[in-house]
Amino acid sequence: MKSRENILNKLRRQIVDQVALPEVLDGPWIQYDDPKSQFRTMVEFVGGSVTEVASPTEMLDHLGNFDEWRAAKRIFSSIPEVPGNVDLAAVEDAHDLENLDFVAYRAQFAVAENGAVYLSDSDLRHRVIFFITQFLVLLVDQRDLVHNMHQAYRQAVIPQPGFGLFLSGPSKTADIEQSLVIGAHGCRELQVFLLNNPS
Amino acid sequence: MASTSAADHANLADQFVANGERAHWHDGALWFVRQKRDRMARSLPEWEELRQRASQIKAHTMSHLPAYLEQFEANANRLGVSVHWAENAQQHNEIVYSILKRHGVQRVVKSKSMLTEECHLNPYLEQQGLQVVDTDLGEWIVQLRNEPPSHIVLPAIHIKKEEVGETFHQHIGTPKGNAEPTFLTHSARHALRQRFLGAEAGITGVNFAIAETGGFVVCTNEGNADLGASLPPVHIACMGLEKLIPRLEDLSVFTRLLARSATGQPITTYTSHFHGPRPGAELHIVIVDNGRSELRANATYRESLQCIRCGACMNTCPVYRRSGGHSYSNTVPGPIGSVLAPAMDAKAHHSLPYACTLCGSCTDVCPVKIPLHHQLLAWRGELAERKLIPFTKRLGMKVGRVVLGNTRLYVWSGWLARKGLRLLPRWLTHNRLNVWARSRDLPQPPKRSFREEYRARKREQGRSQDENLSENH
Ligand code: SF4
Repeated sequence: MKSRENILNKLRRQIVDQVALPEVLDGPWIQYDDPKSQFRTMVEFVGGSVTEVASPTEMLDHLGNFDEWRAAKRIFSSIPEVPGNVDLAAVEDAHDLENLDFVAYRAQFAVAENGAVYLSDSDLRHRVIFFITQFLVLLVDQRDLVHNMHQAYRQAVIPQPGFGLFLSGPSKTADIEQSLVIGAHGCRELQVFLLNNPS
Repeated sequence: MASTSAADHANLADQFVANGERAHWHDGALWFVRQKRDRMARSLPEWEELRQRASQIKAHTMSHLPAYLEQFEANANRLGVSVHWAENAQQHNEIVYSILKRHGVQRVVKSKSMLTEECHLNPYLEQQGLQVVDTDLGEWIVQLRNEPPSHIVLPAIHIKKEEVGETFHQHIGTPKGNAEPTFLTHSARHALRQRFLGAEAGITGVNFAIAETGGFVVCTNEGNADLGASLPPVHIACMGLEKLIPRLEDLSVFTRLLARSATGQPITTYTSHFHGPRPGAELHIVIVDNGRSELRANATYRESLQCIRCGACMNTCPVYRRSGGHSYSNTVPGPIGSVLAPAMDAKAHHSLPYACTLCGSCTDVCPVKIPLHHQLLAWRGELAERKLIPFTKRLGMKVGRVVLGNTRLYVWSGWLARKGLRLLPRWLTHNRLNVWARSRDLPQPPKRSFREEYRARKREQGRSQDENLSENH
């Protein structure tokens, strides 16, 4: 408690020129003619993939072509059409999610300028699923694409208390001689499915 | 921190460049990152506008810092966070340890935090018998090798893959001689997964702390901070008091600048917003001063507190690239480190403001517009005034001041140098007193001074003009 007062009092005694706080949501911020193609370019640039689907069922069909999906033992899904077998609400200890193979999750929105997808833990008991899973597949309605981060922060609802995340591509590192390696600690692959004909 | 005289930058840089091949490789690796940054910056027409607003947000926050700190604390408390305050590194370490001790923690996973490096938290906790694992791959590599990081974003940028292979062979039993980055990274992933699962507490840094919500943001590419903060029942986040921003929406500016400036990515892979503890878990935030408030009081260096630790100034710095991060003997190396270090301990770090050519490239790339090279120049003046630079350097500057301030003396000494340098033996110009000439050669002195040359040309021009005139008439 004493340290708190010492620090604050010291700062209060200092004379510092006042600077105005600028506006940030409005500005000459970039808008893309084709946000969908910009989004795809960026997701691929950061090591993920984008597939357009007309329905969540079509997403499931695509997953069926994927060896890792067929071999997956533990799957969590928040998408009704994509069946999972892990009931997150019934998992007491987050450590029990150690062997999670796949997470299929419906995201709130995504950002064209950097390929980021916004996720939050508002409906999840364990947010660790986004990081501990080996493979992550996300479904985003293409009508929920925004151009830039200024629009994104206007839109993002971060649960308080809670957790919000912009995720751009799979986990990666270039810490060994600047060689890019996908699959550092988080997911080894990220697939984004863009829903272009929502029913 | 105690004033131990850190080794002179020039001497340590000497050791680094002694291996010419490695020095060139290091230079090239960083220049590659700088070029990636340039491509990203150019992809946004509003880049300069973003820098301007970022700089202004930070300057504004600094001007209202005590109020924002209180607001942050109140909102964090409301979210169920315990907020702690540390005036210095010692207090910071004690606070962290007391939390861990209360929970009987033995094993800690840490994600990258320059603040905990600055406070030397790892050795402190290890002395108390705890096991601390740095989980950022680059940080883990340097931890296993018992070295400090040499860069704030790329901690192992100075290490070759063969050396990483050897380190992993010794510590986690990868096959000897295997130096393949993908294989080594995945081996580390496997080994560190077990550490994550076994940890009883996670420590992270903070990239941005949001006053209006009491939340904070951590940016990583590997996902290590998130695993470390989402599995164990205790999460401790350590932040310098300059990490504050007023509003959640201010992140729209900073998330666009940080990764583009740092590594040339459009945004970090994970931009995680932590607001309060997970159900059933504890979240602690330690706010640290450790010399920052003194910088705030100083108008010359105040803007250095705007730093978002992107590392761009290092990647672009011709001295850093060629001398390596360890030559700075400071947690934060490069241009920004050379501004911050003397503020902490001017005596120990007096050589750092001279590890600079004043080219200004750092200032040009800095996403929050810190006038780095101006601050480095200001430090030189201040160190000279406080008699903290070596006598030989001070003497040279004194002579310089007298000579440059007096026209006749200047003209005469120019004449003397032009005549004299031709005749003087090398041992007289290149000796111990002239540090400058140690790795430089003096240019061939011109025959005539600028003034003489100018006068001669004028005379010639005058003659040819006269000729022209007479032709026309
Ligand atoms: S001083 Fe500027 S360029 Fe250097 S690390 Fe800080 S923010 Fe980045």
